[in-house]
Amino acid sequence: MTKTLKPETAEQVLDAIKWAAGEGMPLAVRGQGSKDGFGRAVDIPHCLDLTGLSGIKAYEPSELYMTALAATPVAEIEAALRQNNQQMSFEPPNMGILYGGANGESEGSIGGAIGCNLAGPRRIQAGAARDHFLGFNAVSGRGEVFKSGGTVVKNVTGFDLSKLLAGSFGTLAVMTDVTFKVMPAAEKTRTVLILGADDAGAMVAMAASLGSANEVSAAAHLPEAAAALSGVSYVADAGQAVTAVRVEGPGPSVEHRCRALTALLKEFGEIEELHSENSALLWREIRDVRLFDAIDNQIWRLSVPPAAGANVVASLRSDIGGRVFYDWGGGLIWLSMGTLSDAGHETVRAAVADTGGHATLIRADADVRQRVPVFEPQATVLKDLSARVKQGFDPNGVLNPGRMVEGE
Amino acid sequence: MKMPEPDGDVIARRAQIIKAMQAIVPGEGVITDSDELRAYDHDGLMAYKGLPLIVVLPETTEQVSAILKYAARHNVKIVPRGAGTGLSGGALPLADAITVGLAKFNKILDIDFDNRAVVAQTGVTNLAITQAVEHEGFYYAPDPSSQIACSIGGNIAENSGGVHCLKYGLTTNNVLGIEMVLMSGEVVRIGGKHLDSGGYDLLGVATGSEGLLGVITEVTVRILQKPETARALLIGFPSNEAGGDCVAAIIGAGIIPGGMEMMDKPAIHATEDFVHAGYPLDVQTLLIVELDGPEAEVDYLIERVDAIARQTGATYLRISQSEEEREVFWSGRKNAFPAVGRISPDYLCMDGTIPRNRLADVLKRVAALSEKYGLRVANVFHAGDGNLHPLILFDANQPGELKNAEQFGADILRYCVEVGGVLTGEHGVGIEKRDLMGVMFSEDDLKQQQRLKCAFDPNQLLNPGKVYPTLHRCAELGRMFVHEGKLPFPDIPRF
Ligand SMILES: Cc1cc2nc3c(=O)[nH]c(=O)nc-3n(C[C@H](O)[C@H](O)[C@@H](O)COP(=O)(O)OP(=O)(O)OC[C@H]3O[C@@H](n4cnc5c(N)ncnc54)[C@H](O)[C@@H]3O)c2cc1C
Ligand SMILES: Cc1cc2nc3c(=O)[nH]c(=O)nc-3n(C[C@H](O)[C@H](O)[C@H](O)COP(=O)(O)OP(=O)(O)OC[C@H]3O[C@@H](n4cnc5c(N)ncnc54)[C@H](O)[C@@H]3O)c2cc1C
Repeated sequence: MTKTLKPETAEQVLDAIKWAAGEGMPLAVRGQGSKDGFGRAVDIPHCLDLTGLSGIKAYEPSELYMTALAATPVAEIEAALRQNNQQMSFEPPNMGILYGGANGESEGSIGGAIGCNLAGPRRIQAGAARDHFLGFNAVSGRGEVFKSGGTVVKNVTGFDLSKLLAGSFGTLAVMTDVTFKVMPAAEKTRTVLILGADDAGAMVAMAASLGSANEVSAAAHLPEAAAALSGVSYVADAGQAVTAVRVEGPGPSVEHRCRALTALLKEFGEIEELHSENSALLWREIRDVRLFDAIDNQIWRLSVPPAAGANVVASLRSDIGGRVFYDWGGGLIWLSMGTLSDAGHETVRAAVADTGGHATLIRADADVRQRVPVFEPQATVLKDLSARVKQGFDPNGVLNPGRMVEGE
Repeated sequence: MKMPEPDGDVIARRAQIIKAMQAIVPGEGVITDSDELRAYDHDGLMAYKGLPLIVVLPETTEQVSAILKYAARHNVKIVPRGAGTGLSGGALPLADAITVGLAKFNKILDIDFDNRAVVAQTGVTNLAITQAVEHEGFYYAPDPSSQIACSIGGNIAENSGGVHCLKYGLTTNNVLGIEMVLMSGEVVRIGGKHLDSGGYDLLGVATGSEGLLGVITEVTVRILQKPETARALLIGFPSNEAGGDCVAAIIGAGIIPGGMEMMDKPAIHATEDFVHAGYPLDVQTLLIVELDGPEAEVDYLIERVDAIARQTGATYLRISQSEEEREVFWSGRKNAFPAVGRISPDYLCMDGTIPRNRLADVLKRVAALSEKYGLRVANVFHAGDGNLHPLILFDANQPGELKNAEQFGADILRYCVEVGGVLTGEHGVGIEKRDLMGVMFSEDDLKQQQRLKCAFDPNQLLNPGKVYPTLHRCAELGRMFVHEGKLPFPDIPRF
């Protein structure tokens, strides 16, 4: 029997976890539930539903931070920020298209965005959720309240537990509120497009852009099939591969940098330019992984050194086929492929192994996500160390056991 | 500052330990002579000194691993040390500990422009990384003022900042990977030229861990192309309030300058006497705002900042017209510490961070405390990110003055926390702020942090006596009080 506990205060979260820790009763920790399909599939009878902990607690635009209860919808936060011309610079993706289901297009909660350490195209310039997460209040799996960090950007007081909780998928502690950095939104955005570059050429073009002084805030490469699915006509109607390079900032600066990039990139193919609205749409599509057609395919996310992107894909193409597109200057590969009972995990992981990078099985049926390691398996010393870290926060294994690593 | 009682048993085994170390690090890598050891008896927190048991200077990761494995087996403590420029006593030696110096880890291993990354051994200086890539127009962004001397490993251990961190991030935002030796002697590699990891972010916690979690032997950092151009404004105000308002207004207008630094009157006078940068002497507060990027952007933003400065009551305003002039603007700020060193036999450098809008209020409190303690103070301030460095002037040769200055500093830091800030923005806790940790954290907060340490160093042999005021044994920290029985909260909605 599934039982859902729905605390409305931090004190009630504490009570629930104290009880679970005492009973050795595992809890599935849930924000908006938009990313239930992200991580290993686990069957946990009790659910700790945090949606009762919602709302912005403090927002001081000139101090560049916001504090919100953990399950505050990302959409609500973004709306508040927009009113002040600000943004979360890590561009948390809306994973609705990947996990859809009962929660449809929910963008999820801020706690979930941080818990999964999400990051959009601006990752290469501004960092991931981890880089913007300043502090929190939480309840550990031991059933104890603790906090870390603060509201100021510069803080080295004690270990940086914010980094540890970002990307821990609710397996160490339940955050009850979070404080994160907010930044001014750019006055203007433009995207320079290169048409017709092949994957290898695109890696070189993106490296040239990112290695220039033009403060490129995103660089992606869409092979023809991915480009054709864009809602931006300049991209979809190109009829060939499209490489996109984004610049943001004050008007005169953006115009200058677009010109400089155009000069730099024209040797790689025909150049087009997207203005603000078209840019926004294209980067949203890339951020939210909307450029694959077969929406029930298995999807992998590979993080590799950017210059290695095309080679990794070339070796995958010959082995398992599938469709890809690249973000993060080539360092992030989205791979969509037909359903395999083992999701081709050995082949995919062999392809990234040489680069030192890692692969995550982002979408697959629950039974596949039970059999196949969803996150990159770690070398023994690191795996044991991570297990000891978990032990220190959640010795009885009551918080999302098995969501990241089988048996932990 | 009380340090843990040295372990007499370990000191008694010194000869044996030396022999074991000489077997691991041949040649001159083991330092035992007390005259030679004196070179290692303090770090940048000069008020505290002490001789280590011995110093070992390994050259390879295998040697570091063997040293730590031996130390773990024989219950010997380890103090990691980079260049010894730390300002909070993190590398202060312990009488019963081996200081492991990373100075010989001085090679850059890989420069990779395509991936915009540099791989270097841990003892390479911060500036050497920039120097290795600047022929292609690249640089490593975090730039602590100590960058000629401090090691990249020390930067990671302290999560160091610099004047450009407002726009380009702190060390933690610019490190991609590390190789680290655990106290057990095991070697872990975390991260690389790719982003993020498939497990817990141990790179993130190792950054800023002040030598308590492992010895870092290799780093991978990201490099950026230098901005096309940079210009600075030098802006004077008749009051701290007006200066603070200007900072808030610039940020409020959506402008994130490459650097935004502030000095108060005593700091202006001390630096002007020292470097003659042409600073105005009749203002209360001086602000340096640097804008970088393409010329079109810099010109546009200079105009906007200029307008904001006038609106917020600037009484002095100069805009750099050349690269030389920009450097002159900075010369005073960059020499602020030595300048203050000239007007006082000793000084303590504090490092609190506060919400920007409390600046004037905090400076008022600092002035009142200065009166109360009868000690002068000069304030320099990373205004953009709220990181305040009050420099407390004192004379260590006057009985009681050091203690007085420390109490003054502690009062400032307590006030920083009271207004919503933190004890340290970039210099670390070390021994200096160790006993103030309780001002910011509860006992449970501190215990949870120490449980993280237990995962890395179960016998607490790495840099003990630093950062945490009370050392709990890991077994005690792991114990759990079980809360019996049924759900104790009938009022939680359930369905
Ligand atoms: C002649 C012309 C060329 C265009 N070229 C492109 C293009 O290359 N890429 C693209 O994505 N969109 C283009 N558009 C479409 C247009 O920019 C978008 O439809 C509009 O919504 C832009 O809004 P924004 O906020 O994105 O604008 P911004 O990114 O702020 O860009 C606005 C820019 O578009 C130009 N522009 C916008 N509207 C007009 C107009 N009515 N008449 C003349 N110039 C205009 C201006 O020169 C201005 O520099 C073009 C439109 C026109 C009329
Ligand atoms: C004049 C002056 C100006 C300064 N300006 C700034 C500034 O602008 N911004 C700023 O942030 N700091 C500044 N500092 C402080 C200091 O330079 C930094 O903290 C620096 O990062 C320390 O590096 P280091 O190599 O000297 O480390 P050390 O002082 O040797 O060690 C610092 C800490 O790191 C640990 N450690 C060192 N190396 C390793 C390693 N390889 N593995 C594990 N642990 C290690 C040590 O145990 C110790 O706890 C300044 C210092 C001085 C003297």
